[in-house]
Amino acid sequence: MGTKKNKIIRVKSLVKKFNSFTAVDNISFEVEKGEIFGLLGPNGAGKTTTIRMITGIFNPTKGSIYVNEYNMEKESLKAKQLMGIVPEMANAYVDLSAYKNMVLIGELYGIEKQKIQERTENLLKLFGLLERKNDKVKTFSKGMKQRLIIAMGLINDPKLLFLDEPTSGLDVESVRLIRGLIRKFNDEGTTVILTTHNIEEADNLCDKVAIMNYGKIVAIDRPARLKHIIESTSSIEVAFEKKVDMEKLKFKEVGPIKKIGDKIRLYTENPEEIIPLLFKYSQSSKNKILSINTLGPNLEDIFVKLTYGEKK
Amino acid sequence: MNILEFVEQIKRSLAIVKKDLSIYYMKGPVVIFGLLLPAFLFIAFALGKELTMEFLFSGLLAMALFFTSTSIGPAIAPTETSTKTFERIVSAPISLWAIIFGDILASFLFGLFIISFVLLLGVALLGMGIITLSLVLGTILAAFCFSAFGLVLSAPPTDKPSNIMMLSTLIKFPLIFISGVFIPLNQMSDGSRLISFISPLTYYTDIARYSVEGISYFSPVLNLLILSGFTTLFFAVAIIWHKKSLTKRF
Repeated sequence: MGTKKNKIIRVKSLVKKFNSFTAVDNISFEVEKGEIFGLLGPNGAGKTTTIRMITGIFNPTKGSIYVNEYNMEKESLKAKQLMGIVPEMANAYVDLSAYKNMVLIGELYGIEKQKIQERTENLLKLFGLLERKNDKVKTFSKGMKQRLIIAMGLINDPKLLFLDEPTSGLDVESVRLIRGLIRKFNDEGTTVILTTHNIEEADNLCDKVAIMNYGKIVAIDRPARLKHIIESTSSIEVAFEKKVDMEKLKFKEVGPIKKIGDKIRLYTENPEEIIPLLFKYSQSSKNKILSINTLGPNLEDIFVKLTYGEKK
Repeated sequence: MNILEFVEQIKRSLAIVKKDLSIYYMKGPVVIFGLLLPAFLFIAFALGKELTMEFLFSGLLAMALFFTSTSIGPAIAPTETSTKTFERIVSAPISLWAIIFGDILASFLFGLFIISFVLLLGVALLGMGIITLSLVLGTILAAFCFSAFGLVLSAPPTDKPSNIMMLSTLIKFPLIFISGVFIPLNQMSDGSRLISFISPLTYYTDIARYSVEGISYFSPVLNLLILSGFTTLFFAVAIIWHKKSLTKRF
């Protein structure tokens, strides 16, 4: 347990309602300085709304947020000064050059002109955009835009970096570059809050993960410890020759069923009992099994288990 | 907020102004609704009528300042809502009032820039005598007032600039006809004149008439005071309404 001083974010009993819809439902968590903290969950889980409240974009309906001990309700400008924010959608000004976008954000953070120029040059170089610095952003590819908005989020040398789905929809090269840079800035002392629905990303990058669903935090811990929670949960991955009606695979003791490419994954605590049933189904439906594997738990398993069936 | 923090916020407003200047001045809606539309409206009004140059020019001055100063403000918020750049700005350490002030200032500068050409035309046609202290003060104040009015119009949380431009035109057009631009206040019926008092444009038109024609309905000082009142009101309402609509923008 860290002391209050080690906590860069303290969120208590946070609620956000949009009319009668509760987007965030009484969540509490803390983030320690120097951590990479992941907010994981499906679309609509409340991750982005939570981030928007922590970053002061809008106020909570109830609850309190402290960022580096600044109360977001009363001292949001001071708190925002410490933050670097990379929102979900590439939102640089497309009619401005990469350089002018960087300068604009630098000026909004009140950074001296000389320092803005130095940091802009350094960051654009680091993100492989220096040669295109005077080109309008509308001429950039999606990956380049995303790299630029991350660079914009770093112009103030933030203590706390928020990344909302930073690698969503990007090519492999950009994903690798961005993940590498997230690790680099974290190694240099920046606390990172990462919002993602990419389980592999959270598993690889995060020191701690909060899993959200329907506005609630359903689990919060280190990825390794979350895996232990459901050590007994396994899954079977099976591929059939022909198309399968997944309803027919809902045997007793089978939890969620997911289609992953050509394969079907069945979550169960007793794979040894389910495998014969699958073969029996294969014979009766004259649908050959092409491959079958049992899998141990990963963060995705935890996510599926914790969020499965939790509907309002 | 202490004075240093206030000055810092004003500096950040200037960053907003620079951004707006770079992006919005030549945007389609600004050119169409801010320049072309009022120009054609004025030509349609002026052609074929036996009106004095002084009357026409003071009306042109009022209309040009009103349309240009209110053309950029309504375009910014919906455009930036759709491109998600508004979220980027709001997440920075700048107060909402400072963002709105920056947008108003950008619109204000556009209005002053265009009106300076109109004034040059006036000087060429009617001589230097039209440039009075009340006209200079009135133009500056009215440009700010109309720009703030433009920001009020952009408060509804839509991501379609055309929605706001239509709403804006729907409100601005009737104001042109009730503000003494085409019919002087003293020639209006009592009922029409009473309605004209709700329009901020009435008071700037009156200042323009005073400077160019030497006649006015109200005293220039009263016109300036009323314009100051409208400016304060529009600035406050713009902040309150934008604050209310902020959550619905994302």
